[in-house]
Amino acid sequence: MSDRYRDHPDRVRALVEPDRVHRDLYIDSEIFALEQEHFFANTWNYIGHESQLPNAGDYLTLEIAGRPLVAVRHDDGSVRVLMNRCAHKGARVVSAPAGNTGRFFRCPYHAWAYNTDGSLRAIPLRSGYDGTRLAECEAAQGLAPVKHVRSHRGFVFAKLSDAGADFESYFGDSLSSIDNLADRSPEGELEITGGCLRFLHQCNWKMFVENLNDTMHPMVVHESSAGTAKRMWKDEPADKPKPMAIEQFVPFVSDYKFFDDMGVRVFANGHSYSGVHFSIHSGYSGVEGYEEKMHAAYGAEKSAEIMKIARHNTVYYPSLTIKGAIQSIRVVRPIAVDKTVIESWTFRLKGAPEALLARTVTYNRLINSPFSVVGHDDLHAYRAIQKGLQASGNPWVSLLRDFDPAEIGRAEVTATGTSEVSMRNQYRAWVQYMTATMRAT
Amino acid sequence: MSAVEPSERELIDFVVREARLLDDKRYEEWLDLWTDDGIYWVPLTPEQSEGIHHNSHLYEDKLLRTLRVERLKSPRAYSQQPPSRALHVLQTPTLESSDASAQRFVLRTPFHYSEAQGDEIQSFVGTAFHHLVRDGSALRLRLKRVDLLNGEAALPAVQLFI
Repeated sequence: MSDRYRDHPDRVRALVEPDRVHRDLYIDSEIFALEQEHFFANTWNYIGHESQLPNAGDYLTLEIAGRPLVAVRHDDGSVRVLMNRCAHKGARVVSAPAGNTGRFFRCPYHAWAYNTDGSLRAIPLRSGYDGTRLAECEAAQGLAPVKHVRSHRGFVFAKLSDAGADFESYFGDSLSSIDNLADRSPEGELEITGGCLRFLHQCNWKMFVENLNDTMHPMVVHESSAGTAKRMWKDEPADKPKPMAIEQFVPFVSDYKFFDDMGVRVFANGHSYSGVHFSIHSGYSGVEGYEEKMHAAYGAEKSAEIMKIARHNTVYYPSLTIKGAIQSIRVVRPIAVDKTVIESWTFRLKGAPEALLARTVTYNRLINSPFSVVGHDDLHAYRAIQKGLQASGNPWVSLLRDFDPAEIGRAEVTATGTSEVSMRNQYRAWVQYMTATMRAT
Repeated sequence: MSAVEPSERELIDFVVREARLLDDKRYEEWLDLWTDDGIYWVPLTPEQSEGIHHNSHLYEDKLLRTLRVERLKSPRAYSQQPPSRALHVLQTPTLESSDASAQRFVLRTPFHYSEAQGDEIQSFVGTAFHHLVRDGSALRLRLKRVDLLNGEAALPAVQLFI
């Protein structure tokens, strides 16, 4: 691997211009390694949802910034995030995606045991360490805890590095999309359920994240899938009830004006959502009994306010993307410069009719499964970029659409829906968190 | 009318022909194999008992199966440039259960499925369950359930029909 960028934050900064970015962000493996070291450590990344860890000892494992982590419900009720690395010789202490560890973790190699806050609990034949400097070593410290862990409405985020912004200033007003998702439950609570679709994308993670608020692509890319659904249904009488699949597919091929009028809003630190005013999810038919339950829980006025919000995709930069109106989330897990796993999860709105979960699950399968025709359309575009950027002559990716220099440095900007402002906003955050902990030689 | 039970040979031939139609891309004939309420299902796990409130890779009724076939005809299905090719390698199907009075039969078929596109090839293994019903003189598919060995893994795109 080259060291063109390591210890050269100035060279990294030069890759991001106000209205375009250099191809090395997507195709350079040294940049990816530096992202794991700096960018993903300095940003707040999504860990999981508290409903995955209902009982003390429940855990889930994951990787952030290339580091193996375990999130666990400690016996005081809090969620702890620990490095999944035995303090003794470095073995991962748990290997399953999720489970219950009881009162402690036990390393499968030499049975060192750790409490669920990470502290060292026991070492077999401990007398062997008498007179050694164990107490002064990292080995006595247990599983290293991640210090910066926060939960918002059950969504757990962590930041691995001490650098970067605190939780509130990092997410700011963008948290209203998570609030809206949770508020859609008459009890104000969510439960993750139904398993996780995991889709391997042979592309850099940024293609996927950019695409979430890219509203100039659906009518082009999804002509073959959503356009076919529209064509198949066009001769049906207008008053014939639409199957759920038709209702969910057809809005993808709405015209440019529709997506323009949807609007897009961006926030500091890379966050954004499309569908400020309405979205492709606004036209879904009601679910019997749901409105009544919302009225009973919140009153007519508040309930109408909650339901009126039907945002398209909200990006909690860089790793969580949510669809409040459809109760599903997609989680971005970068593996390599040209390899990304997208996890798609679904939520039950506690206290709402089960029919809503059926709608969520249908949407998730139709759009996010590795077998999804819509997914095939999108992935083809991402892979085409991953290959095409190897061309010589033009090293730049253009993000010029509706660029306005006045957008730079503002905490919140609302723009016409087809603007590329969300991507420009992502890269301003990218360069900031990428270089925050890089030292110049 | 007295029900005549199909021979095991006839049931096995149905499963073999279903795979053959897919591999030969004779999709219109494949669509005709199904009952009107038939479901093509690829669950996430073999333990999964339903596809309505739990995520699946596929849970497709007649409309969605037809959509999949129609999409492949679109000149703007860019993800099929170049077109993929598929091959099912089947173990001999075995009769898992039968209900002669209802004329319903379930066959179990371990398989190896490959999908090739350009220089790349993806392989999947699993077990297919064909739930067949006798409809007049013909057998039809009420349910095709495909249990992947690694349904919970991060899978690449599967563009044709497993």
